[in-house]
Amino acid sequence: MLLLENGHPVTDRWSYATEGEALGTGPVIVPLSRLSEGLGRSAGELGVMLPVDESVSVLRGALPRLSLIVITFPVFRDGRAFSQARALREHLHFTREIRASGHVLPDQYEFLVRCGVTTVEVPDNTDLPVWDRALHQFRVAMQPSVVNEKPTGFGLRRFLPA
Amino acid sequence: MSADTMIREEVVPVNRQVGLYAYDQVDRTFLRERIDQFRDQVARRVSGELTEDEFKPLRLMNGLYLQLHAYMLRVAVPYGTLASRQVRALARIAREFDRGYGHFTTRQNIQFNWIRLEDTPAALEVLAEADMHAIQTSGNCIRNVTSDEFAGAAADELLDPRVHAEILRQWSTLHPEFTFLPRKFKIAISGSPQDRVAARFHDIGLIARPGPDGRPLFEVFVGGGLGRTPIVGTKLRDDLPEEDLVAYLEAILRVYNEFGRRDNIYKARIKILVQALGAEDFRQRVDTEFSAMDRARYRLEPALVQAIRDRFGVPAFEPEGDAPALLAQARKKDRAFDAWVRTNTHPHRAPGYLSVVVSLKPAGGIPGDATAEQLDLLADLAERFSFGELRVTHLQNVVLGHVRQDRLYEVWQALSVAGLATANIGFITDIVACPGLDYCALANARAIPISQKLSSRFADLELQREIGALRINISGCINACGHHHAAHIGILGVDKRGEEAFQLTLGGSGEEDASIGQILGPAMSEDDTVDAVARLVDFYLVRRNGTERFLDTYRRIGTAAFKDVVYAPA
Ligand code: HEM
Ligand code: SF4
Repeated sequence: MLLLENGHPVTDRWSYATEGEALGTGPVIVPLSRLSEGLGRSAGELGVMLPVDESVSVLRGALPRLSLIVITFPVFRDGRAFSQARALREHLHFTREIRASGHVLPDQYEFLVRCGVTTVEVPDNTDLPVWDRALHQFRVAMQPSVVNEKPTGFGLRRFLPA
Repeated sequence: MSADTMIREEVVPVNRQVGLYAYDQVDRTFLRERIDQFRDQVARRVSGELTEDEFKPLRLMNGLYLQLHAYMLRVAVPYGTLASRQVRALARIAREFDRGYGHFTTRQNIQFNWIRLEDTPAALEVLAEADMHAIQTSGNCIRNVTSDEFAGAAADELLDPRVHAEILRQWSTLHPEFTFLPRKFKIAISGSPQDRVAARFHDIGLIARPGPDGRPLFEVFVGGGLGRTPIVGTKLRDDLPEEDLVAYLEAILRVYNEFGRRDNIYKARIKILVQALGAEDFRQRVDTEFSAMDRARYRLEPALVQAIRDRFGVPAFEPEGDAPALLAQARKKDRAFDAWVRTNTHPHRAPGYLSVVVSLKPAGGIPGDATAEQLDLLADLAERFSFGELRVTHLQNVVLGHVRQDRLYEVWQALSVAGLATANIGFITDIVACPGLDYCALANARAIPISQKLSSRFADLELQREIGALRINISGCINACGHHHAAHIGILGVDKRGEEAFQLTLGGSGEEDASIGQILGPAMSEDDTVDAVARLVDFYLVRRNGTERFLDTYRRIGTAAFKDVVYAPA
């Protein structure tokens, strides 16, 4: 698994909690069912996986302690996680990393980022230039987003960052 | 060059077009970049890097369907309005990439049924040169926004809805959050109390009117639709202010995206969600979202709306003069012309003008088909007589919006030569039909041949005038693309032990008295169905009161009597 940020591979300092094992002290991503266990740790950064059929509000109380939220696409056609990412930013004002996991296509990269996603997990054998191009191919969008791109001064249009 | 510098170069586009939003360089750049993306996707599909399953939603985003025999390209006609040069571009696509014709649909779009996958990027280039595209004409996204074919012209209109249709077109175009919805999403908008867009049969239907301070207010209907489960939409708002239009639609779409069903495509439309939750619960969820969201981000300031409005050309009407008198003279001299004026024109708000409906339903013809030559002629006529503007109707005809009454005779003569002057608008042969089994992989039965048989059977215009307003719609299967539920007489193709057969539905209407047609009885063969329609019409002619329409007689007398006419002939 590779991790992309802004179109390029970056080192992933996080690890997913292993079932049946203690959480350790490093940066760890827990399933929602182990959230309170994670919050009970005395040290170490905490990330959580938000199931696609959960409302983001289940994370409200834990939010100040979370450094990372992982959203999931069971299949690329299932667009619910776009709304989850947007709601985390817009309703819960979450400012740290949102990571997209599961089945996503490069052609969705721009949409993910505009909904507030920071990083994307992609397969090891993926064609990296395709992802980079998919993100930087476009210079304008036709509507505002939670990323607050610069208005073009006409209509609802926005300039996408280069 | 960055988009930043481009917008400074061209603040207001020079070529404003009547009835249509004028693209600037930013809009054009946007289209170019998206075509480049699609060319890249086609290449990745051809190389095998994309599976068909992965390629499908991407090609659908670009209007490319795989049909029975070939790919079909569906081109968006925003709010149904086309400029002459765009009509010529469509004619060129028909000629160069298809078999010489195109097909107008009930959603005011045009389809080309014989496109090769490898040719699609080139066809999209031709479209882009004319500021057109096929984005979001299919797929589970917000589809092309439809509007009133008499927008900006109708005497009964309160507000030209196309400015807001354009705002919604822009807002919904490649919307990052709403491009992978549970199912497709259709929005229609009208600015007339006379609902000509079937607002109550759309995922969202909007009816605009000016408020007390002159700023627009919107009635909002949600969860209407046809298909397998026909439902008349629920009214969510009576007086949504203009500034909140986009924010409120965002809220509806967010609720739908989160809660709409994804496990069964037949239960995935928003209408099913509204029914499952109940109108009140659904409204509450929308309101909760609406009050929690950052509304300022989506606010439509008056200046923003005005800037979009300024991109629309406005027709410079000439004074009435003696146009009505000259028209009256011509009508007196030529009875065929007089009959055509009576059926194929619509009252205009400007004195001395009329809107003309050009029938794409000649006797025995295929509803909605237009050849490249006819398209070129329509482009010429629009240029000469209607400020270069042509509209597509949701009944598969086209409209010249603003024709001076003293030029009407010339228009009629030119149309007659091209076989485009059939005086049958609103009559029994003004049939709507889906592509059916001739093209569509989902079909049970062919919709086109039965439509042609009915059209031939009732070809006599005297007879049609005698019958009066009667709407026939035909769908080749339960998906109801031909809107048979919304027709006075609906015809539905079904599979009867491997044979093509047809069911009749009676009493539907897509207008402000919206209702859903009721199934009359068991399915019949094509010829028996045509005979049954003829018997229904005869019965109506005998039983009607005065000038009652077929629909009114049916509503008054009830199903049983009509059923006997079909199934228990004396
Ligand atoms: C091969 C071509 C086509 C296919 C495969 C297709 C497929 C479908 C399907 C599956 C539905 C049901 C969707 C649902 O309600 O969940 C549907 C509905 C519909 N389609 Fe098509 N269609 C095709 C062509 C057309 C054409 C040519 C038109 C217009 C003439 C059209 C306009 C519509 C409309 C208006 C509905 C009504 C459903 C609603 O809005 O509630 N489609 N189509
Ligand atoms: S109604 Fe059925 S047959 Fe007709 S176009 Fe739609 S899916 Fe095809």
